[in-house]
Amino acid sequence: MRYRAIFPRDLFAELNRLQRAMQQSDDISPNIRGSSHGAYPAMNVGSTPTSVEVYAFAPGLDPAGIDVQLEKGTLTLAGERKVEYAGTPEQASIHIDERFAGRFRRVVSLPDDIDADGVQARYRDGVLHISIPRRAAAQPRRITIQ
Amino acid sequence: MTDKTTTKPAESPSEEAALFPPVDVIEDANGITLYADLPGVPKDRLHVHVEAESLTIEGEVQLSTPTGMDSTHAEVGLPRYRRQFTLSKELDTEKVVAEFDKGVLKLSIPKAAHAQPKKIQIRVD
Repeated sequence: MRYRAIFPRDLFAELNRLQRAMQQSDDISPNIRGSSHGAYPAMNVGSTPTSVEVYAFAPGLDPAGIDVQLEKGTLTLAGERKVEYAGTPEQASIHIDERFAGRFRRVVSLPDDIDADGVQARYRDGVLHISIPRRAAAQPRRITIQ
Repeated sequence: MTDKTTTKPAESPSEEAALFPPVDVIEDANGITLYADLPGVPKDRLHVHVEAESLTIEGEVQLSTPTGMDSTHAEVGLPRYRRQFTLSKELDTEKVVAEFDKGVLKLSIPKAAHAQPKKIQIRVD
């Protein structure tokens, strides 16, 4: 447990924390797995007629240590993030501690028409981009009228 | 993100809405080390400014999105990060060292030589 300063150093961080606390208390019956708000890694999902694009904002990871699995239409990302300063001497003090550390796991369910064989995953600038093609049969086709 | 095509006069970048990146700040005898998570920001889009006693970190997110992509779910809803800190006098802002790798910024701000702690010897007579 860490002690919080009476006079916050960083007003915006305090407001952020307050907002998070309010969002959590707002929800009368929260999900048993907690709110996905603020989960690591944050995710954006987009789609085009030919593919589903998943972006996981996972900074500071070794790409080889990220476990990406696609099974029965669900995409699972799992791994562990270690803090860089884990071995700091005892006389060091931590003033702000907001970044995620520890094991993570996030699951995304995908549409039915995806082609699991053509998945591509790339890690760049701390973002894991997974591109999953859709099956050709499912893509919209213009029907010519004779 | 599509605003760029409009012809309105360029606003100062600090006026645009931005996300608040999470940081860790550690202090030891030599100075302060700051780590900030800025995923999606390429090296040339990251700006770290030190002005008087204020430190500003700013970065622009650049993702390779296929043309015509519809966003169906977004937790990172803005393409920009910004955060500001007030430094203190004993920090030597001339000697800030910045490293940026895999979306994590590491800033080392040393303490000025005169502000480094000195161990005081106690003499017993």
